[in-house]
Parts: sequence; structure tokens; C-alpha cells
Amino acid sequence: MNFLLSDEQLEMQRSVERFLNERCSSQQLHAAFDGPAEFDESLWKGLCELGVAGMLLPDTVGGMDLELIDLAAVAEVIGRAAAPVPWMGHVLGGLALQLGGTSALREHWLPKVASGECLATVALCESTATEAAESWQPEQWQQELDADGCLSGSYSFVPHATQANILVVGLHDGRLALVERGAKGLTVTPQNGIDRTRRLCHVLLECTPVTLLDGAHGARLRDAALVLLAADAYGGAARCVDMAVDYAKVREQFGQPIGRFQGLKHQIVNMAIEVEPARGLYWHAAHAWDHLPEQAASSAALAKAHLGERFLQAARDTVEAHGGIGYTWEYDLQILFKRAMFDHAWMGTPATHRSRVADLAGW
Amino acid sequence: MDLKYSHAYECFREEVEAFVRSYWKPDPKAPKSERKAAESAFRARAIEAGFLYRSVPRAYGGSEQTPDVLKAQIIRDTFALARAPGEIPGVGVAMVVPTLMEHGTETQKQRFIRPTLSGEYLWAQGYSEPNAGSDLASLKTRAELVDDQWVINGQKIWSTFAQFAHYMFVLTRTEPTDGSKQAGISYLLVDLKQPGITIRPLKQITGGAEFCEVFFDNATTPRDWIVGERGAGWAVSKSTLSHERSALGGASTSVGLFDKLVELARRRQINGLPAIQDPTMRQRLATLKGSVDSHLYSSYRQLSMTAHGQEPGVVTLMNKLVSTQIGHEVAKIARDLIGSDLLLAPPVEGSAGGKTAGDEKWINQFMGSLGIAIAGGTSNIQRNVIAERGFGLPREDSVRP
Repeated sequence: MNFLLSDEQLEMQRSVERFLNERCSSQQLHAAFDGPAEFDESLWKGLCELGVAGMLLPDTVGGMDLELIDLAAVAEVIGRAAAPVPWMGHVLGGLALQLGGTSALREHWLPKVASGECLATVALCESTATEAAESWQPEQWQQELDADGCLSGSYSFVPHATQANILVVGLHDGRLALVERGAKGLTVTPQNGIDRTRRLCHVLLECTPVTLLDGAHGARLRDAALVLLAADAYGGAARCVDMAVDYAKVREQFGQPIGRFQGLKHQIVNMAIEVEPARGLYWHAAHAWDHLPEQAASSAALAKAHLGERFLQAARDTVEAHGGIGYTWEYDLQILFKRAMFDHAWMGTPATHRSRVADLAGW
Repeated sequence: MDLKYSHAYECFREEVEAFVRSYWKPDPKAPKSERKAAESAFRARAIEAGFLYRSVPRAYGGSEQTPDVLKAQIIRDTFALARAPGEIPGVGVAMVVPTLMEHGTETQKQRFIRPTLSGEYLWAQGYSEPNAGSDLASLKTRAELVDDQWVINGQKIWSTFAQFAHYMFVLTRTEPTDGSKQAGISYLLVDLKQPGITIRPLKQITGGAEFCEVFFDNATTPRDWIVGERGAGWAVSKSTLSHERSALGGASTSVGLFDKLVELARRRQINGLPAIQDPTMRQRLATLKGSVDSHLYSSYRQLSMTAHGQEPGVVTLMNKLVSTQIGHEVAKIARDLIGSDLLLAPPVEGSAGGKTAGDEKWINQFMGSLGIAIAGGTSNIQRNVIAERGFGLPREDSVRP
């Protein structure tokens, strides 16, 4: 029984945190948030140098041969910093190739994915399905290749697709296919996303040649995405609690720190007890994905539903705990708030995943 | 990260399981006195084997084992699974024994610890007073040293099971206050079976009577039944309060309660279908499962940190409030599941009707969850403790000592 991160995992968290503290200041974060670029290129390059782009990939392609729990630990730190980088889509794209790519495909792409030289992303939300929330789930995917192995269809909410070199798209029966940038009939249009640290695009394919990946790894990929979102959400939510506590200590009214007033103390504690004990949900979900296959889907769904919701509520509560300054564009909190909205809705709402938890529990 | 126990611990689990299989053979049809005797005999064997009261020296009736939170957890789990008698529940073992271990004289340890561990001595807590609840330090019960005895006058309240207890640990004012409310309080042990003491059970919202008012009218206790120095009772009591808080926060209780709630949802109906199939009910249960699993994994983490010599920090202060919130949510869902049975009076807890009652017995959980929210420090006091001790927020001027 050892339900703790290892020393190596803690060291990885610390090194990413140190880097982000240094290179992702509030000013740089706001500049990236407000700027035209899809993400902060130099920040992403620096993170790739730390190895975060290929953590899950084998060392034969320059990866680190680690587990999802290691990635999730890093996702927490990235979430905490609200880092404007294309990490999540990239590692999910790399994972899809690792799971279903032929050896030729893996040899060709994975070294460049591991180094960050090639940027990957995932298109997992079919925009043709009638019920938007459902089309995130591999069980509902409809798209099929035509007789020539080409794909026609469209996907929404695809992260940083204008910059991505390769896209992994979801197909009928939870299958996956690879699309390269510049492929015939591929049109990428930026969407006006709420979270400008993770820009989203609409992707249209018209008789586009794609490479079908082996197997049907859509559900496995979905579960990994849910774990990383849950970890990101925990990091963001914990930062919100810290911000509320810190502000309560320094902001003075009636001649004293506002943190002395019980009304505010209790508000902060109510938020904190919804966040701090929930850290283990993402740990367990990551561990289950790595080692407990019978619990993996349910644990990932529960973690994403719970932490996605808790992050958004913590962000709202933190705005309230701050008063006017919390409601401004210039304060960092508005960026965390919008990341919370992303974590809540991307890959499906809490209600969707709670229904899945109920189904998987045999209720 | 590894949720499994290592080979050495699995061997230990087998050892505990074999022990329980060999010696715990309950006979539910036997008369109560025989069952009690069987429990006592099993408990004595379990102490001998090193499975109970592991932190208490053999000289005082414990089993004196090297501290190991994982072994302790394995023992608790294995005993609970077999419904074998574990450590005696209640404030005697949870509060008096650790307090005596830390602050008691050798004579006190010899006199009180062994019979408390065996269940021969039952204890009641004498802390709260009618006008000293959350503001405990403003207590007024006095004790005065007359010859070789303390003479005690005053009133205590909310003393759980005082009507069945033999002894009470009492916070009394023995010295001048000296400016601070906490100064001048002493921690006394008192025999409850004496003419100067009147115990009146308080009938509570559930109809049961789990706690009492206790009146002291020139009650007496020997001079040397004081624990710690004169006037140092506040500090002496502090260690025991934290014991009680951690004991109340059990994640396994939350998990057990949730499992029973799911069973209830399978049994009850909503709109002519099993309630478990109702989409709203499924959402509510899955939402609650998020909180219950969080609590469980948080306890795994705290256990792991303790096992590795780390200090879990602020989260330990949150356990009671987290359990309380889960209890409230279970209560609300159960209320909606039992539908019109909410109109029925539930069986009084501990009464014979409990076994035959229908789902209206959940009303006791509906009310009892409020008891949990109050006992051992109300939820609002818990919030103050988390904010001040956990997050370092300043104390409000009006509640400064």
C-alpha cells in the first residue's frame, strides 16, 4: 500500500513547476491569452526540452517510457499554471499512434512527436451527431471511411489544429485514423473558444486520404483524456483555493485582513474541502488506467466528472471571495475560470460521465 | 503508486485471518451473557497475539507493538470483515487511555488503563456545559481541594452514555483564571457511582437517549485523581480532542453508508421503476460516489504518508467535515428514496423494533447525520479550525481567548 507519488514523479512535477514559474509569468500568460498566436511557442519549446512531449512514448523513439500517472502528475502542474501550451492534445495524439500505429508509422512519427518537433492533436468530437454531448464518446462515433479509404466529415473543438502536423480522428466503432496537415480536402477553421490558453478549431474533411490505425483504441484514448483533464482540473482548483487564502490574508477592510471574518473563512473552507481530498480521484484513475483495467473506465469517468465540476465551482467561489478584482480581465483568475469551463465541457459534461459511471457500476 | 500490500503484509493479513478463523466462532443463538463472555475471551486472545491496543504497553494491558499503520489497517479490515470484536469503542479507549499514557501518573496508569481496555470500565466525557459549548474554555464547574479530596460542584451536559458509565473525565475550574479562560482548569477523574452525582439522560430528536446531563452536588474524588498538573487541564484535554476528531472521520464508514444507500435505491421505486434506474437518482448517486471515493482515496493517501513518516497536513483537519458532508448528502438521497415512509416514526435506536422495521429506519440516519455534524466540534467550529490552523488565517477578534 503506497498511495503516493514517487520521488521521481515529485521531482518531475517540481522541474516543470520551476520552469513554468520562471517562463510563464502572469504577464506572459496574459500576453498569450490575448495575443493572436495559437499558443506560446517558446514556452512549448522549453517544455518539450524537459521531455514532457514524449513521456508516455518508448525510449526507443526518444520518449521516457513512463505511465499515465506520470503524465497526470505533470498535467496537474500545467493546470495549476494555466500554461498556454498544446500539451494535452499533443500527448493524446502521440498515445493514439503508440496504441494503434503500424511499426512504420510509429518509426516515422513518434521520434518527432517525442521531441516536440512535430505537433500532434486529437479530433474526438464529431460535429455531425445530433446530440453534441454524446458525440465525444467513441461508442457514439459515426464516421466511416469510403471505399477508397478516404474520410468525409467534420469535427469540432479540436485543440490547436491550425498548427498541428498530424491529427488523430475518431471513427465508427471507436476506431482511429491519422490525418496529415496539408492533406487533400482538409480545412481547419479556428473557433472562438472561451479558453484562449487552449485554442480550438473546427476541422472539415472532404474525401480526405487518412491512415487507419490498428485496433479500436478510441475508448482507451478517451479514458486517458479524462484522466488528464481531471488532473488539470485538480491543479487549477487547488490554485484557486490558494489564491483565495492568500488574498484573504493581504486584503484589508474595516482595518483588518478580510480573512479574519468567519463569513469568508467558511466560504474558503467549503471550497477547500471539495478540492483537497479529491486529489486521489485523479491519482486513482491514472493508476487504474495503468494497472487496473477493470476499473479504468469508471474511475476515469468519475474523476473527470467530479474534478471538472469542482474546478469550475472553485473558480466561481474564488471570484466571489475576491470581490471586484476577481471579476476583472487583468487578474489571472479569469484565465483559470475559463480553463475550468474547458475542463468541465471538453470530452463531455459531468452529467454524461456520471451516467457512464452508473452504467459501469451496473446500477 | 501501488494499492496492493507487499508480500510481507499479505503474509501478515493471512496470519490475522487465520487467527480470526480459529478463535472467533460466534453463536448468535447463545444468551447475551455467553456472547459477552465470548467477546471478552476473544479480545484477550487478540491482545495476547498483538492485534489490539498496539500502542499500549503490555504492563498496562496493551499488546505493545512497533507502530505500523498498515498492519493496524489490515487488522481493522480483517476484524471488521469477520465482525470480530475489535478495540472497545467509545471515549475510554479513544480519549482516556491516550491521555493517561501521555500525562497520567504510574498509579493512575496501573489503576485505570487495563480495565478500560477490557471494557470493564466505561467512561463518560465531562467537558461541555449548558453555557460552555463551542466556547468550552468558559466552563464554570468548580473543584475545591478539601483535605484529601476534590469537592466538585456544577453541571456537565452532552455526556454520551453517562447513564451506563462508571467513570468520568471532567474539566473543572480549580485555580484562579489569571487573565485567560484556559488557565486554572484541571482534568479530574471521577467515580460516577456516588451520592453527589445525578445523571439524567436527555431524550434526543431521534427519541433515543444517548447522552446525559450530569449534576455535581458536592461530589468528591481523591486528591491524586487529577491528570497532569493543577491548572494544566486545558493542555491535557487538547491531545484527547484531536484523538476524537480523527476517530470520527472514518472513510470506511462513508463507503459502507454509500453501499447501503445503493441497496436502498435498488429496493425502492420511483415512478413504478426501481429507483436505481431513475436518471436523476443515478446522477445523484454518481455525484455522491465522487465525494465518497475522494474521501476513501484521501484516507489511503493519509495512511501512506503516515506509513512513510510524512505529515499529511491540512487534510487531516478536513476529515470530520468531509464525513459530515457525505452524511448529509446520504440523508437527503435516502429521504427522497423512502418517499412516504418519511411520514412514519422510525424505531428508537437500540430498541427491539430495529430489526423488524422497514425503510423508515433511514430516518434515524436522516436525523443522526445532524448529530455527527454537532458532536466533537460543530461544523462551523471545524471550519474555523481548518481556516486558522490549516490555512493560517487570523482569528476573529471576538473569539480570541
